[in-house]
Amino acid sequence: MSSLAATIQGVFNEPGCAKNANKSEAERKKGCTKQLEPGGAAGGCAFDGAKIALQPFTDVAHLVHGPIACEGNSWDNRGAKSSGSNIWRTGFTTDINETDVVFGGEKRLFKAIKEIIEKYNPPAIFVYQTCVPAMIGDDINAVCKAAREKFNKPVIPINSPGFVGPKNLGNKLAGEAILEHVIGTEEPDYTTPYDLNIIGEYNLSGELWQVKPLLDELGIRILSCISGDGKYREVAYSHRARAAMMVCSKAMINVARKMEERYGIPFFEGSFYGIQDSSDSLREIARLLIERGAPEELMARTEAVIAREEAKAWAAIEPYKARLAGKKVLLITGGVKSWSVVAALQEAGMELVGTSVKKSTKEDKERIKELMGQDAHMIDDMAPRQMYKMLKDAKADIMLSGGKSQFVALKAAMPWLDINQERQHAYMGYVGMAKLVAEIDKALFNPMWELLRQPAPWEKASGNWQAKAMAQMEAEAAALAADPVLAEKARRSKKICNCKSVDLGTIEDSIRADGLTTVEGVRERTNASGGCGACSVRVEDILAAMGPSAGEASVPFLQAAE
Amino acid sequence: MAKVTVGKKACAVNPLKMSQPIGGAFAFMGLRGSMPLLHGSQGCTSFGLTLFVRHFKEAVPLQTTAMSEVATVLGGLDNVEQAILNIYNKTQPEIIGICSTGVTETKGDDVEGYIKLIREKHPKLAKFPLVYISTPDFKDAFQDGWEKAVARMIEVLVDKPKSLVRRDPSKVNVLPGCHLTPGDLDELHTIIEDFGLEPSFLPDLAGSLDGHIPDEFVPTTIGGIGVEEVAMMGYASWTIAIGAQMRRAAEALEKKAGTPFKLFERLSGLAPNDEFIMFLSEISGRPVPSKYRRQRGQLADAMLDAHFQIGGRKLAIGAEPDLLFDLSSTLHEMGAHVAVAVTTTHSPVLERVHTDEVLIGDLEDLENLAKAKDCDILITHSHGRQAAERLGIPFYRAGFPMFDRLGAGHQLLVGYRGTRDLIFDVANLIIADQEENRQPTPDTWRLDGTVSHGAAAAATSH
Repeated sequence: MSSLAATIQGVFNEPGCAKNANKSEAERKKGCTKQLEPGGAAGGCAFDGAKIALQPFTDVAHLVHGPIACEGNSWDNRGAKSSGSNIWRTGFTTDINETDVVFGGEKRLFKAIKEIIEKYNPPAIFVYQTCVPAMIGDDINAVCKAAREKFNKPVIPINSPGFVGPKNLGNKLAGEAILEHVIGTEEPDYTTPYDLNIIGEYNLSGELWQVKPLLDELGIRILSCISGDGKYREVAYSHRARAAMMVCSKAMINVARKMEERYGIPFFEGSFYGIQDSSDSLREIARLLIERGAPEELMARTEAVIAREEAKAWAAIEPYKARLAGKKVLLITGGVKSWSVVAALQEAGMELVGTSVKKSTKEDKERIKELMGQDAHMIDDMAPRQMYKMLKDAKADIMLSGGKSQFVALKAAMPWLDINQERQHAYMGYVGMAKLVAEIDKALFNPMWELLRQPAPWEKASGNWQAKAMAQMEAEAAALAADPVLAEKARRSKKICNCKSVDLGTIEDSIRADGLTTVEGVRERTNASGGCGACSVRVEDILAAMGPSAGEASVPFLQAAE
Repeated sequence: MAKVTVGKKACAVNPLKMSQPIGGAFAFMGLRGSMPLLHGSQGCTSFGLTLFVRHFKEAVPLQTTAMSEVATVLGGLDNVEQAILNIYNKTQPEIIGICSTGVTETKGDDVEGYIKLIREKHPKLAKFPLVYISTPDFKDAFQDGWEKAVARMIEVLVDKPKSLVRRDPSKVNVLPGCHLTPGDLDELHTIIEDFGLEPSFLPDLAGSLDGHIPDEFVPTTIGGIGVEEVAMMGYASWTIAIGAQMRRAAEALEKKAGTPFKLFERLSGLAPNDEFIMFLSEISGRPVPSKYRRQRGQLADAMLDAHFQIGGRKLAIGAEPDLLFDLSSTLHEMGAHVAVAVTTTHSPVLERVHTDEVLIGDLEDLENLAKAKDCDILITHSHGRQAAERLGIPFYRAGFPMFDRLGAGHQLLVGYRGTRDLIFDVANLIIADQEENRQPTPDTWRLDGTVSHGAAAAATSH
C-alpha cells in the first residue's frame, strides 16, 4: 500500500488547488479530507468517488474487485448518458466469497478479466480495488499487468479502496490512475488547432449535449471529455489537445494541472451553469485556443454565438418574469456549480433568501459561495423540524437544494427542485438555464400545493404537524428568552466549524484565555477552520466582535451563566 | 423437483444479489425510533442508503461507523463507541441495530465484546437496546441479513414469559420476510384484524416506510414496532411466519417463549390464501368475513379472465428465494411455464420451484437463459431493465430495489386482492406487448419462410 499512500499524499499536496495554497505545510500533510465522525457521517467512500469519476467512460468495462456490496448495491445508479456503447452500465464484479478472503482473490480477478474479454471484448477494462481485497493484500497492479501482457489489452488498476477517505479523494485518485496508465498512450488520427479537453464533466442527464452543438458550430472539437460520454481511446490520446477546460467541480484538478505540466496544455476553470458563466467559458476556450495557434477570427465568431445565444436565453426567460417576480427562492447547496444560477434567477425577477445576494461581483461570488457552502453543511446537521421553521421564517416560495433535504421540503408541502447530481433534468448552457427557470415555474404553480397545505377535514388547523412543529420551536425559543443561562448556553453551543465540530463557546474561551487575534491562532488552538476552511470568515467576525471592549463586556455575562 | 446449481463464473455480471448487511439494516428499519448502523467504511452505508432512498423515495435512517484504513487495521472499538454515543446523543433513538460488513469481518472485530465494554464504560447505555448481527458482505445475500437480524432481535428483545403465564388469545405475532412490501403488511394487518385478532409485526415496515407524513420529524425511523411491544411478543397465542426465511426467527421465538408458530411459505396465490384465511378463522374461532368470500370470488374470476394471456407463457424470473418461490408458483398455477429461475442464495424452497433448474447466479445468466429459451415475460427487480430492453419482452418489476418506477412500497402481492392485482398486471403487460409488438402481418404464416421487406422492419423495431 506504500505507493497508494504516496499517491494520496501527492493529491493532498496538489498545488493547483486554491485551498491547498492557503494552508501551512503541516496542514497540507494532514490532507484535505474532513475527519469522519462515526455515527454522524454521510457520503460516499473513495471507491465511490473513483467510480463516479471514471464510469462515464462509456466503452470501458468497469470491473469491481470486492464483495457484492461494492457493486451489487450500487451498479447502474448514475444519470450519465452515452451516445454509443452501453457497456459502462453493465455491472461487473468478482463478488468475492469467504474462500477468496482466506486464500486471496487474485486468481479470481484474473479469471474475471479473461471472462470479460472473451464475452464482451471492450477496448479496455478498469479494475477497481475495494477495502476487503486491499486488506488481504490482493495486488491488483500485478494482476492488471499480467492480464495486460497476456491479453494485449489495456487493463487499468484503479487503486482507491473505500476506507482511504471520502468521495472527493476518490475522484482525485481516479485522476491519478488515468494519468499514470492511460493518458498519452495512444495517438489521435489527426489533430486540429481547435482540439479541446473538457475535464471533470460527467454528462449527467446528457447536459454536455446542451453545450456541444455550440462548440460544434464554432468548429471546436472536444478531443476528449474526461469523462462524460468519453471513450477509452479519446482519453488515451487526450494529451494532444491544445487547451483544456476544467469544469468547476475541482474533482479532477490534478488531471488538468499535470496535463499542463507534462504536455503543455493550458487550462482554465470554468462552468456552463448560468448564462454569464457559459459566455465566460466560451470566451476563455476561444482565447486559449487562439493563444495556442488557432486563427484569431475564432474570437469574433465566438462573440457572435454568445450574443445570439444570450439573447435567445433571455428571451426564453422573459415570459416567466411577470409570474416569477418577487417569488422567494431559498437556494441551499454544497455544490459550487450551483451558485452560478443565481444571476439567472435574479434576472427572472426572483429574490434569493437565506443568502444576501446582490448582482455578482467577484468578491460577492466568493461570499455567496462561502455562505451557501456553510448553509449546506448546516442543513445536513439540522433537525427536520428546524428546517421546516427555517423555510417558514424565510417565507420562501420554493427551495432549491441537493437530494438530502428533499423529503423534508416536500413533506412540508414546500415546492422543491433538485439541483444536485441526481437530478433528472439537464441545466447546462443557455438552453439549460431557460429550462431551469421553466422547471421552477412548473414547481411553483402546481395547484397541488394549496390542497396539500389544507389540514384533513377532521383535523383542526392548529392540530396538524406543521403547526405543532412551529409551536414546539416557538416554545423552545420562548424558553431560551426567559432563561438567560439557557440562552447563553444555546448561543455558545452554536457550531462554527462544521468540519472539526467546534462551537462558538470553545472559540470565545480560547480567544479570551490566550488573547488570540488571528484566524490562524484560533485554528491552532481550537482546530476551527482547519477543515474545508470555509468558516474562517465567521471566525474573523467573532474576532472582530470580541475586540477589547466587546470582550470585557461579555465576561461578566458569562460568569453569570456559570 | 428443481435442481439447484451454483454458477461457476469468476465474474458476476449485472448482479441480482445485494449484500446481507443492508438486508439486516432493512429489518431494523421496521422498528420504531430505530437507527441502523453499519460497522464498516462510509461507502458501505452510503451505497445502501442510496438504494433505499431510491426505492422508497423517503428519507431513510442509516448510519456508519466510518472506519478509516487505520481504524480498520487497529480494530473498530473506538469507532463503534463513538458512533453509538453520537447517535444516542444526537438522535435520541429507542434502539440501535448494528450490522458488520466485509471490512470489519475481515479484520475480525468482536463487536459483541465491544458492546459489553461500551455498556460498562457508559452507564447510561447499560440497558439501552443494542442489537448486533454478524453480516459479512462476502457471504450470503440480502435476504439472509434480514433473516439473521429478525432472529437476533427476538433473542435479545423479547422477554421470556414467567412460567404459568396465560397467553393472550387475541394476540398474534407476524414475522414477515423481506420480500413483503409495506403495502403487503397493511393488507395482512387488515385481514388479521378482520378476524378480531391483534397482530404485532416484527419488523413492521408498514409503520416506517409506507410514505406517511409523520406528526413529528425525527432522524430515526418514523414508525414501526416499538421495543416494548417486541418485548411482549412472548405472550401472544400464535406466531405467523411468512416466507421460509422466517423459520429461524419463528423457532427462536418458540424456543424463548414457547409460542407455537405456523409458517406460510407463500401468501400469493389462491390455495395459500385459502389456507391462511382458514387458519385465522380457526385460531380466532370466527367465521370468514363475507368480504373475503367476495375477494376470493374476485380472484377466481381474475384467474379465469387472465389464464388466456398467462397460460403457456414462458417465464424468466430472477429474485431472492422466497419471492421467487411465491411469484413463480402463482404464475405456474396460472399455466405459465417457469422456464428460467435465477436466485441469490440457498433456501429449502428452491427445490420446490416448478422448474427444472434454479441457478444461483446473476442477471447476465437470467438474460442469456431467457434469450436461449425464448421467454415471453421477465420478472425481476429494476436492475433487469437493461436486459428487458435487449430481450424485447414484457418486464414485470418485483422485489427490491425498484428505483425506476413510483410506488414500490405499495406494490401488493399477498392476499386474494394482491394475487388478483398481480395476475391482472402481468396479463396486461402481455396484452400490451401483443398489441404493440406482435400483430400479425401478411407474412406471419408464410410457409416458405421468406419475409416481405416491411414486415422484417416491423418485426425488429420493438
